[in-house]
Amino acid sequence: MKITTQIVEKHGLKIEEFENIKKLLKREPNLLELGIFSAMWNEHCSYKSSRKHLKKLPTEGKQVIQGPGENAGVIDIGDDDAIVFKIESHNHPSYIEPYQGAATGVGGILRDVFTMGARPIALLNSIHFGAPEHPKTKSLLNGVVSGIGGYGNCIGIPTVAGETKFNETYNENILVNAMAVGHAKKDRIFYSKAKGINKSVVYVGSKTGRDGIHGASMASAEFDENSDEKKPTVQVGDPFTEKLLMEACLELMKDNSIISIQDMGAAGLTSSSVEMASKGDLGIELELDKVPCREENMSPYEMMLSESQERMLIILEDEKEKDAKKIFDKWDLDFVVIGKTTNTKNLTLKFHKKIEGEIPIDALASKAPIYDRKWIRKKPSKAKINLKDLSNIKIEDALIKILSSPNHSNKNWITSQYDQMVMCDTIQRSGTDAAIVRIHGKDKAIAVSVDSSANYCKSHPITGGKQIVCENWRNLITVGAKPLAITNCLNFGNPENKEIMGEFAECLEGIKEACEFLNYPVVSGNVSFYNGTNNKNIFPTPVIGGVGLIKKISKPLSHHFYKDKSIVMLIGKTFGHIEQSVFLKENFSIDDGMPPEVNLHNEKNNGEILLKLINEGLILSSHDVSSGGLITALCEMAIGSENGAKIQKPKKLNNLYKYFFGEDQARYIIEIEAHDLPKVEKVLKDNNIYYENIGITQKEYFEIEGELKISNKDLFKINNEWYNSY
Amino acid sequence: MKFSVTVTLKKDVLDPQGKVVKNTLVNMGINNLKSIRQGKNFEIEIDEKDQLLAEKKIDEMCKKLLVNLIIEDYKISKIL
Amino acid sequence: MKSSVIVFPGSNCDRDIAVALKKLQFENQMVWHKDTSLPKSDLIVIPGGFSYGDYLRSGAIAGKSTIIDEVIKAAHAGCLILGICNGFQILTETGLLKGTLLRNKNLKFINNDVHIKVMNNDTKFSNKYKKDQILKINIAHNEGNYFTNIKHLEELEKENLIAFKYCDENGNSNEKSNPNGSLKNIAGIFNENKNILGMMPHPERMVDEMISNNDGVNLFSSLLN
Repeated sequence: MKITTQIVEKHGLKIEEFENIKKLLKREPNLLELGIFSAMWNEHCSYKSSRKHLKKLPTEGKQVIQGPGENAGVIDIGDDDAIVFKIESHNHPSYIEPYQGAATGVGGILRDVFTMGARPIALLNSIHFGAPEHPKTKSLLNGVVSGIGGYGNCIGIPTVAGETKFNETYNENILVNAMAVGHAKKDRIFYSKAKGINKSVVYVGSKTGRDGIHGASMASAEFDENSDEKKPTVQVGDPFTEKLLMEACLELMKDNSIISIQDMGAAGLTSSSVEMASKGDLGIELELDKVPCREENMSPYEMMLSESQERMLIILEDEKEKDAKKIFDKWDLDFVVIGKTTNTKNLTLKFHKKIEGEIPIDALASKAPIYDRKWIRKKPSKAKINLKDLSNIKIEDALIKILSSPNHSNKNWITSQYDQMVMCDTIQRSGTDAAIVRIHGKDKAIAVSVDSSANYCKSHPITGGKQIVCENWRNLITVGAKPLAITNCLNFGNPENKEIMGEFAECLEGIKEACEFLNYPVVSGNVSFYNGTNNKNIFPTPVIGGVGLIKKISKPLSHHFYKDKSIVMLIGKTFGHIEQSVFLKENFSIDDGMPPEVNLHNEKNNGEILLKLINEGLILSSHDVSSGGLITALCEMAIGSENGAKIQKPKKLNNLYKYFFGEDQARYIIEIEAHDLPKVEKVLKDNNIYYENIGITQKEYFEIEGELKISNKDLFKINNEWYNSY
Repeated sequence: MKFSVTVTLKKDVLDPQGKVVKNTLVNMGINNLKSIRQGKNFEIEIDEKDQLLAEKKIDEMCKKLLVNLIIEDYKISKIL
Repeated sequence: MKSSVIVFPGSNCDRDIAVALKKLQFENQMVWHKDTSLPKSDLIVIPGGFSYGDYLRSGAIAGKSTIIDEVIKAAHAGCLILGICNGFQILTETGLLKGTLLRNKNLKFINNDVHIKVMNNDTKFSNKYKKDQILKINIAHNEGNYFTNIKHLEELEKENLIAFKYCDENGNSNEKSNPNGSLKNIAGIFNENKNILGMMPHPERMVDEMISNNDGVNLFSSLLN
């Protein structure tokens, strides 16, 4: 079949890329080979637009066992325990078929974790939808939440934390990022690097169908009016089979049969076989007629590009086939030797003994294009705010507007659809700063949180990138965990657009700076480009998933006020930065201006000292201050608690609105026993930490002296109204 | 008029339920079973005397709500 | 006391119940669904989860496993059987308990802490509880809506075979406190000989104060009594 320009374009490849392929092969590729290049060279698999910038991120540290480059990142949490985690996007499929798109997103990220030998112990998600009034939003929200729950609950892994946000920027391009965290023994981590010649390449799991053929290309293409036609490429998830696959793999991993293992995700058999061979600098030969198929007459092209779910590729030690097959038979899963490793350094595809395609591995992997796309820096902007206008609104009304808004309303409507308790190790569930999951059978636990700040990133990408790493870090500190490392999902628009590429480059600069300063390296992640429709791109949305360690567990430190008559303190200085605040957006529809400045020194200092105070048992409750400012954070501590607080107006009064609604960073609210005040103040003073004693706790009411008084029950009602009426 | 709408998964779409049900029946001794696909059935009674108009309405209902056109097919038949 | 936990493909709460049983002094064994015989057991537990993915109907396919015949034999011989959540669904599919579990009224999966009332504390499963004692307990299910025919309902009420009812924190059992729409707010039932208990809430999640509370402990202590 003659490869025409049209065929090349339909495969998502540019003409220059096709010319490059011809040069590397020293001939024209056939259709099968073209398909394989299209899968390996698209953005999702090759990271061609992002690799140059991703290289800048800090990925190392004493706590890092494995950084980016494997199926997931691995960190050391002491006593030969390791945590394996990663976040991934499934944006485009979820827009097309929300239930299955979200479900298969969860399935995919779980495989990335257990393929490394870790039993998954927690799921998190960061999901973003368009404006609630947008006609598609409701059904997308329902579908995605059902899909996440449907998959996670069935496989029996608790979904313990997440965030759900609404913004018109996602109207035509929702974001569904799924994160999985698993526990493994340090000396039993499995990697995907192929080793040894003539080793068996084994296919395990579900049969191969025609699902998702060219899904990897779809993820790399913007939507247009014809997006509806792209429908047939969405896969259906089977969490039951994945549960069997997970148990079978974990069972096989108990001994030394596995040389290397990789899950079949985007671009299925193609990406898994090529990546394993590439890492091992070997060749791989596959006999495609051996691939278990669930449809009749599947062609080699279809088999190589199928994205049927719940499948793994294993390279097995000699003599281990029989015992390994017994395990997979027990779990009723297919187990077939479909090929072997070779020393040719080629991907050789045979079908009924005839060679249908042969490509040098490095042409697909290491020689895949890397682009240095042009980009421009974002210019700082200023919001036109007339301070006098602000006083047109009562503080109480502004507060209610925020607490009852879709973005700040209680998400129990969503989280109650996820089983958070299965596996019986969830010490702190969602609805808190970070979830806490115990390491099974041990006295220690991890804290996990996932966060994003698209508005900040849009207005000033470097600051936004810095800020979101800090916020994630603070969320772990505030529950008493030492932040160890992050995974990031970088959701952006079209990288061929200079401004978008600039957002990417600058956000990464900010992320890099914060991660380096805080010793909070990036161990895994995912890039999702082309989140745009008809040239309208989404706000830059880097999502940060962080993991921290609580060495010795005790009753969890929550953000709810613990008792009455204790002292409420604010750690960190309030400058009253009101630009880019939720207050301005919700009450005045103003969304321009600069985000608050991020002072990394204060972030580190304030957080480390707070952790010290927590470890000394001096903190009754703790909460970080982020979107919505001080007053919103205080109310969050009151809602759901029997106790509220009585807060004084600031002594140096410039503007009440700026003080209570400003979103200055590096701040925490803490509650301490009155008799511990001298001790705590001494620690703060000795470490040059700015703090204010802002009030005391009291039963039932939240009060700003002389300004407002509202009962916790009323706050609860206001905060729980929106979802129930949506 | 009464109609029956049978909704099935599209040909190439994975049917996890059908697969497990088939395996279970095979394990129960039914051994010449080739495949099972699970779907659903709607019985719809509509107040419309003209059959063509009625079918058009049912078709609209399918497209708008009853059927997930992304992964399902459907067949409308009149119940006598 | 010896217990066996049956593990089906897709059972998720098997490890959870095994940990609880061990903590509360049971000698426990895990039994694979393909096994053809049961170890000697005083208590057989069918755990929660999504056996066979809940495909076709929850519990329908597990109800046809090889090992179920042995469980039925043991039940008829008076062995104590506890079915939790999916285990309850499986027991109804086998006929060891009458009735069925339908989709939750609001058609969504619900994971929440709810309150249940001990309706009958004169059984091997509940003698350590007080009558009408209120327990706070976790539920996590899609199909927890218990339903049965009028004749069986009359029997349940007459013979005091309702084990637990959903209620509020003050013990009022009503529609508002019922999370899934189950008939008469039923959360768990016994068979006529009271040696089989099926319940939707998860007692094994309530034996550890670090994650929840200890309201589930007495169910297991009752059995050891």
